[in-house]
Parts: sequence; structure tokens; C-alpha cells
Amino acid sequence: MSLENAAGLINYWLIILLMMIGFYIVVSRGNLVKKIVGLNVFQTSVFLLYISMGKVSGGTAPILTGKPEVFSNPLPHVLILTAIVVGVATTALGLALIVRIKYAYGSIEEDEIQKADDAAEFGDESNAGTAQK
Amino acid sequence: MLSGVFSFVSATLLVHLDAVDVAFTEAAVGAGISTVLMLSTLSLTARHESLNRRPRALPLIVVFLTGLALVYGTLDMPHFGDPSAPVQTHVAPKYINDTATEIGMPNIVTAVLASYRGFDTLGEVTVIFTAGIAVLLLLAGTIRENDGIRITAMEHHLVLRVVTKVLIGPILLFGLYVQFHGDFGPGGGFQAGIIFATAFIIYALVFGLETARSALPGRAVRRFLATGVLLYSGTGLVSFLFGNNYLDYSVLGSTAQAGQHIGIILVEFGVGMTVFAVIVSTYYAFAGQNPPISDEEW
Repeated sequence: MSLENAAGLINYWLIILLMMIGFYIVVSRGNLVKKIVGLNVFQTSVFLLYISMGKVSGGTAPILTGKPEVFSNPLPHVLILTAIVVGVATTALGLALIVRIKYAYGSIEEDEIQKADDAAEFGDESNAGTAQK
Repeated sequence: MLSGVFSFVSATLLVHLDAVDVAFTEAAVGAGISTVLMLSTLSLTARHESLNRRPRALPLIVVFLTGLALVYGTLDMPHFGDPSAPVQTHVAPKYINDTATEIGMPNIVTAVLASYRGFDTLGEVTVIFTAGIAVLLLLAGTIRENDGIRITAMEHHLVLRVVTKVLIGPILLFGLYVQFHGDFGPGGGFQAGIIFATAFIIYALVFGLETARSALPGRAVRRFLATGVLLYSGTGLVSFLFGNNYLDYSVLGSTAQAGQHIGIILVEFGVGMTVFAVIVSTYYAFAGQNPPISDEEW
């Protein structure tokens, strides 16, 4: 692969790096709040992917000034600016679910919640105390 | 704190990529709301993660392989900034060329957001509305509203109190400016709603939740929540009744351009109202869970 080719694709690779950092946090952590943080990092990388695809070299922000200019693509901007606000609202929903899980189970660690569920379902005497249902 | 920094850095990057509207939104969100929500969840759950006994190698391998597959997928992608990429040649030229004549406002992003793709945005607003309702359903059963406990937050922090009092007016004014200047520069209902909500959250943080609730009762916020979506869909319905397509505002004014202007202002106002109400009611729901913090703990 030529150097020029690599330079044209480097934005995707950096975004993939950020995306994989978020993905790793989601799959490797048992703490639910950390999973939400990982999802937020992942989400930011998706935003950057869209916006970087809309960039035209030599272009400016898509606001008409009356002069003929090259503009970057306004469509990804529209999609992502609404997605950011939707992201906050859904993050708040996820956090609210976590708060309720904490109330119901007394824990926000995935393993402990699973253990409490198993205890409630199969009547395991040794773990019955941790399930507060 | 770190999430605020992360958000600020991504906002700077977005400005560099010419996405000023998006950067504005990211900065407004990251500067306060997401950090405040994250902190209040942490204070409600656990401050420390329990010891992680999971194997580390398996997730790392999965992530590495996924990353490799994605990098392989990018090899065919158009280069960064390429003006002949498929993304740039499909509908974007129409938006850029026709906005001046069809809509008549300088900010193309606002024109696409509220008019060309108004239906998309209505969907997004409905998602935000639904998420807000769901948060209220999950946490409202445990909210203690007007139960006589006055949370005396930060009573002895004179500097904070004075600075907040000075700041709230300009923040609200700036929110209104962003709301109504969205046609001409970066801004619009989404950003304005968040900025407006931020002013109330600062007020609640410094002067206590009960004081904020008496200035802006939770019941009123829930009214705003529904009114915003109704205003948006109602504007669409009016243009529908005048014999045009749903959310095609051309018939609302004497000329097509004037009609588009009126429609976009109404729709953006609806968006701002819903976003504001969702953020404030979410904050109320989370803060209502927290036990009052005494001054000695600061």
C-alpha cells in the first residue's frame, strides 16, 4: 500500500481505534456504569466517523455567505447533532435503569446480579441472602 | 471532569471538520449535563468497582479481531476530504444549491434539519421525549416532591452563590439567542434547549433542589415535555390541513420562503422546549433520589 493511500485512510483507522477502546470497555468490564462510559466512547467514534466522511478538503462550514464557496456536506451534521442529544437522553435512561437495578439487587456488578438471579430462580440456599427480591 | 475534557476535545475536532453546529451541541452537552448525570448515578450506586476477576485475554482478542476486520473494510473507502466520494454526490448538492432559493436562510444545517428532513427530526424528538418519559417512569415513583425537607446545598459557599446569580441571566439570554439565531448561524432548538436547561441545573446545584423546584415545578416541566412534541407535530398538521404535504411549511406564509421561515421557527421552538424539559426533568428525577448533603461534607 502506498503512503498516499494510507494518509487518505488514516481518519478511519483512528476512529476504529477509538471505537475499539469503547468496545473493549463494554465487553471487559462487569460494572454497569463503566459499560455506559464505554458505550459513550463508542458513540463518539461513530459521530466522528459520520462527520469525517462529510468533510470536503478546502471546504468551509455550511453557512451561506453569498460568496461562491465549497461547503462540507451538511447532511451528516444534521444527523449527528440530533444523535448527540438523543445520546444524552438514552444515556440518562441507561443510568436510570442502573439506579433501579441498584435498588433491586443492591449491586451494579454484572456477576453479582447474575448470581442473585440464579439464587432466586433455582433456590440456591447459599446465595439466597444476596437476592432482595 | 474527564468526560467534560473528552467532550471538549471532540468538540474542537468537530470544528476543525467544519461541523460547527455539531461542535456546539457536543460542547453544550459535555460541559455539564452528561457529567452531572454520571456523577449523580455514581453517588447513588457505588463509588468503587469491585475486584474484577474476569479473564482479560478473551475480550482483548475479540476487540483486536473486530478492529482488524474494520480496518480491512476501510481499504476500499474513499479518501478523507475527497469531493467525489459517494457521500458528497447524492443529495448534499441539492441541499447546498437550493437552500438559498427554497428556504432562504443562510444556515444550511438548520434548513435540512427542520425542513428538508423535518420528518427525521420529528422522529428524533419523539425518541428524546420517550426516553424522558421512561426516566420519569423509572425514577418518579421514588421522588419525594415537596416533602418539607429543604436541601441546603452550598449555603456557605458565598463565591459560588454570587457567581451563579450573575451567570444565570446571561445563560438564559444566550439560550434564547441560540434558539432564534439558529436560522443564520450555528445553533437551533437542540442546543438552546440544553443551554436553557443548564441554567436551571446550575441553580438547583447551588441553591438546592427544592428552591429550583419552587421556581420551576416538576409539573410545569412535564407540561413542556409534551407541548414541545405537540407544537412540532401540530405545525406539520397545519401545513397538512392547508393542502400541502405533512411538514411542508410553504403554505404558512404569504410566500413560500416566508412560510418556510415561520414553520422552521415554530418547529425549532418545539424541539427546544422538549429537549429543555427532558433534561430538566431527568435532572430532577436523579437529584430527587439523592439524600441531602450536609455542608460539613464539602
